Amino acid sequence: MIIPHPLLGPRDAAEFVYLGDAALIDRPDWQAEDALTAFHDYGYLRDNPAGPHKELWYHEQGDRSWLVVTRDTTTHEITAVELARDVARSRGRSA
Amino acid sequence: MRYSAFRILREGLTGNKGWKPVWREPDPKPEYDIVIVGGGGHGLATAYYLAKEFGLTNVAVLEKGWLGSGNIGRNTTIIRSNYLLPGNEPFYELSLKLWEGLEQDFNYNAMVSQRSILNLFHSDAQRDAYVRRGNAMILAGADAELADAEQLRAELPFLDFDNARFPIKGGLYQRRGGTVRHDAVAWGYARGADSRGVDIIQNCEVTGFDIENGTCTGVQTSRGAIRARKVAVCVAGSSGRVMAQAGMRLPIESHVLQAFVTEGLKPVLPGVVTFGAGHFYVSQSDKGGLVFGGDIDGYNTYAQRGNLPVVEDVAEGGMAIMPMIGRARLLRSWGGVMDMSMDGSPFIDKTHIDGLYFNGGWCYGGFKATPASGFCYAHLLARDVPHPTASQMRLDRFMTGNLIDEKGQGNQPNLH
Repeated sequence: MIIPHPLLGPRDAAEFVYLGDAALIDRPDWQAEDALTAFHDYGYLRDNPAGPHKELWYHEQGDRSWLVVTRDTTTHEITAVELARDVARSRGRSA
Repeated sequence: MRYSAFRILREGLTGNKGWKPVWREPDPKPEYDIVIVGGGGHGLATAYYLAKEFGLTNVAVLEKGWLGSGNIGRNTTIIRSNYLLPGNEPFYELSLKLWEGLEQDFNYNAMVSQRSILNLFHSDAQRDAYVRRGNAMILAGADAELADAEQLRAELPFLDFDNARFPIKGGLYQRRGGTVRHDAVAWGYARGADSRGVDIIQNCEVTGFDIENGTCTGVQTSRGAIRARKVAVCVAGSSGRVMAQAGMRLPIESHVLQAFVTEGLKPVLPGVVTFGAGHFYVSQSDKGGLVFGGDIDGYNTYAQRGNLPVVEDVAEGGMAIMPMIGRARLLRSWGGVMDMSMDGSPFIDKTHIDGLYFNGGWCYGGFKATPASGFCYAHLLARDVPHPTASQMRLDRFMTGNLIDEKGQGNQPNLH
């Protein structure tokens, strides 16, 4: 697979480390009433869809940026790549 | 029809006209006591043991494709019970004992060959870990034997003992491990279940679950609605998308694992050998091909094919322990979808929906578990209590803290 990096252009997927579903950006509030359930679900449950999937890739052997890659899990086709920093900021997760 | 040497002789002398199809192709009935979703190894084994051991025969197995078209036909055929943790090892030892009696039990030649499995170690620390593992195996009634490099040099002279980076210091044998003709496992279980009255319905995809007031009363399928008192899902790599139809999220990601086979060679490899410093395992099939594999590709996928970096990694692993493999030409490679769980161990459990049961999370180790998985799932379905060897394989273990994490990797499925 080739991942079109937003800053560096097309890069071999072997340069990256895969973390998982990009929903991991949305870490629950540890002070909330339902924090126990929320952290269990955050840590252990996954949507695991067959089709488009937003996921976190880390460019370890490159510029060490985190990316949010939208990729179809039935065809491996990549339709969008964003910097995870931008995605997190747009969700109010990062300064 | 019972198979025997006498039967082969008689058919041979009478033009082989007496062989019949070994299972029926029935239309689905409107209602069953138990509907099993998934006609792979585990589903067919569940149906077989339900009928044979628990006397429940008003059972249907629904398969969206053809019988055994998933991972039972895509694995590297290895059987073993060399696990460490008490939540796993007794279960896999039960499985190995069932493998040992399987062919007599279901009267079908599955070519169970206990040709041994050898896990190589490459450092003192790894030797200590394998001693511990071997003792855990012996405590659970399995067999384990530590071999030093001198013994292995005599038995397997082709290994690269003096490899500069990962010299081979010895290995942990399980002599009762080995290989099985994988497709024959599906066929044998199917024949055994069918002959006891189980309906095996192929080309019948489950498209939804009928759930009323927290109780599952049946399934919607591509061949109409089927009512059931109990619905038992065991669909391995498809677990995520099937259980999503029941509104459930699972502690599972689907990943692809690739496997490889070379051209046929004369006998060179007596048993199964695994690399201790990388992920590589190899055996030789009865047709002569070297069958081998390595790590999963490491990203979510439902495509039954992988990418080239893993091919390179597997080839490097093979060259690191047995350089002669470089002279063999690769014949085929393929991929299968693994239901990778959050701690690397499986689930055989009820769900929070009454009447809906789940079996999955087998990661890349489902084939060896086939008999015990079927037996324990049948036990759960028939008696509504887990089999003693599968009592820790629960869906709520991440909430209760009772994880079964053999590698100690945490909730990162692509590292298990």
